[in-house]
Amino acid sequence: MSLLELRHLSKTYPGANGAVVHAVSDVSLSIAPGEVLGVVGESGCGKSTLGRSLLRLIEPSGGEIVFEGRDLTRLTRHQMKPVRRDLQVIFQDPFGSLNPRHTVGGIIGEPLEVHRVGTRGERKARVAELLKLVGLPEDAASRYPHEFSGGQRQRIAIARALALEPKLLVADEAVSALDVSIQSQIINLIADLQKRLNLSIMFISHDLSVIRHVSDRIAVMYLGRIVEIGPAEEIMTAPRHPYTQALLSAIPRPGVARAERIVLEGELPDPANPPAGCAFHTRCPHVTDVCHRVRPQLARPKTDDPASRSEVACHLYEAA
Amino acid sequence: MSDLLTIEELEIAVGNRPVIEGVSLSIRPGEMLGLVGESGCGKSVTALAIMRLLAEPPMRIVKGAIRFEGEDILSLEERELEELRGDRIAMIFQEPMTSLNPVFTIGNQIAEVVLLHRNVGRQAAEARAVDLLTRVGIPAPETAMGRYPHQLSGGQRQRVMIAMALACDPKLLIADEPTTALDVTVQAQILELIDNLRRETGMAVLLITHDLGVVSQYCDRVAVMYGGRVVEEAPSAELFAHPRHRYTEALLRTIPASNPPGVELPAIPGTVPPPGRRPAGCAFHPRCHAMVEPCATILPGLTEPPHRIRCWNPAA
Ligand SMILES: Nc1ncnc2c1ncn2[C@@H]1O[C@H](COP(=O)(O)OP(=O)(O)OP(=O)(O)O)[C@@H](O)[C@H]1O
Ligand SMILES: Nc1ncnc2c1ncn2[C@@H]1O[C@H](COP(=O)(O)OP(=O)(O)OP(=O)(O)O)[C@@H](O)[C@H]1O
Ligand SMILES: [Mg+2]
Ligand SMILES: [Mg+2]
Repeated sequence: MSLLELRHLSKTYPGANGAVVHAVSDVSLSIAPGEVLGVVGESGCGKSTLGRSLLRLIEPSGGEIVFEGRDLTRLTRHQMKPVRRDLQVIFQDPFGSLNPRHTVGGIIGEPLEVHRVGTRGERKARVAELLKLVGLPEDAASRYPHEFSGGQRQRIAIARALALEPKLLVADEAVSALDVSIQSQIINLIADLQKRLNLSIMFISHDLSVIRHVSDRIAVMYLGRIVEIGPAEEIMTAPRHPYTQALLSAIPRPGVARAERIVLEGELPDPANPPAGCAFHTRCPHVTDVCHRVRPQLARPKTDDPASRSEVACHLYEAA
Repeated sequence: MSDLLTIEELEIAVGNRPVIEGVSLSIRPGEMLGLVGESGCGKSVTALAIMRLLAEPPMRIVKGAIRFEGEDILSLEERELEELRGDRIAMIFQEPMTSLNPVFTIGNQIAEVVLLHRNVGRQAAEARAVDLLTRVGIPAPETAMGRYPHQLSGGQRQRVMIAMALACDPKLLIADEPTTALDVTVQAQILELIDNLRRETGMAVLLITHDLGVVSQYCDRVAVMYGGRVVEEAPSAELFAHPRHRYTEALLRTIPASNPPGVELPAIPGTVPPPGRRPAGCAFHPRCHAMVEPCATILPGLTEPPHRIRCWNPAA
């Protein structure tokens, strides 16, 4: 049973000169309880739009968001409120999302207050517990965000997100702005909390090496669509989509020679004017005639590997 | 071969608070030197000092020497510096949008640079601009000449910056996080471009980045900074195979790419100390798992090349 299921989710924005920006197009995926789904892709491919629409922080233009069997897109604001306890989010820039005039204790306790959880004393105790959970000193409660480093501020944001014991956490580039030595601390923290609390996480990042590390399954996005999705191990060791292959080879890793690098030509097309057929055809090293005309569907490819679970949207593969 | 650039014992302070200290580096002609380190460790300050583009004040060069082709940069007059910058040393930054003038076409801006440093006419300068745009891989360069910066993508703007930097065939290109704002597939294009250009022209490159992967794949040599000092410097292959400073060692171990999926990362405890709050002795000692007696009190000296380290208890 999945905790969350997106069905044909789409989001368009009004673009310049009456154009329509197709930020997210026809995305279907599911997340199981306690599962980490990594969402990876380059700037502008629609990762944040996807994460925010599924939380209904922005209204999707089409499709369904089925959470614990209920379609959230049909709920009124009022009906959404109790559901929000179960869905939380952390962003890239912890500073921007923490009110500088509130104490850290006030910030972490705010969701508890909004949802009227417990007495004042109980809320205070819960804040202390959360600070401990994310590895901050207890006296942090009475201090202000600017007194903390980037990594510590991300811990504050995580504590706030966990205050109501959510079932699903969307982490949108949660470690991207952090220094290397701090990034690993926060990755460890999120992974540890995920296991202890059996959280489901949609972990959004442009950094494939981070995504590989934390995810059970990975979805690769290109220009608003999922081009490949499957078990992390399979995506990393046997990527099928030429875009996934290029993305993997473009990541410079210490100690790995760059002999077999696939350097893609060109850049991401404009989502206000996506190419016909397969959106990747303008940069694909394996492009054929059909790619210009027909959009490939996400499907499990014919394969000799019975254990294969991944799906790919590419004409190079015959559907099983 | 003798060094193109040498920095000796450079110290730069804001007020009486040192920002970088005892920084010594050298670059040979045609070499790509990587300067890595976490935010605030002093990479950009070091680069700006070479160009004499530091914000002075509040910044102040306290001591040390910077020599370029044997010439003492710190003693040059502003007029001589202008001749040096852009001509023999060029620099590109992370966010090209802020370095490009939004109201002029890119053709105009590149031609301006050529006119400033070369004794040629307008027409020749424009022809050179087209030539440069071709070399950095801008499609339809003649048409691109008439575009404004905002009409280009981030990757194309960085290509334009590189074209401007190349306008006068510099001997040294300083690239400060040139691809940090770019997507990985575009980053790969830009790094390949810089690497190819240096092979073609023989210019040296100082590549500043916090990305160890980038350094390992493109640089001949690497210098690692922590807390305002160079703590380790070695040929790239050697440094990544046998890191000796405990900071470099820990940094390489902690990155997700060095670890199997799902395992707990060997994290470095604590935070990077900002200037003014850097501890005595080795600045890394409060976070180091291999601390020994003198680490907290006495600054370790830098050992001799080719593999230099500043560490009391290095990895074997
Ligand atoms: N409010 C908005 N109005 C118009 N267009 C928007 C808006 N927000 C996002 N877009 C566009 O939608 C597309 C997807 O944006 P989104 O922020 O979801 O991408 P992303 O994958 O999160 O990128 P990044 O890695 O840079 O965070 C982009 O082309 C973006 O310019
Ligand atoms: N104009 C300035 N005035 C005062 N302090 C400054 C100034 N510029 C830089 N600093 C300080 O000097 C230190 C080194 O800064 P620098 O910009 O060289 O770091 P960096 O290694 O390039 O970091 P990053 O990776 O974030 O670019 C920082 O702590 C910074 O706060
Ligand atoms: Mg985003
Ligand atoms: Mg910098």
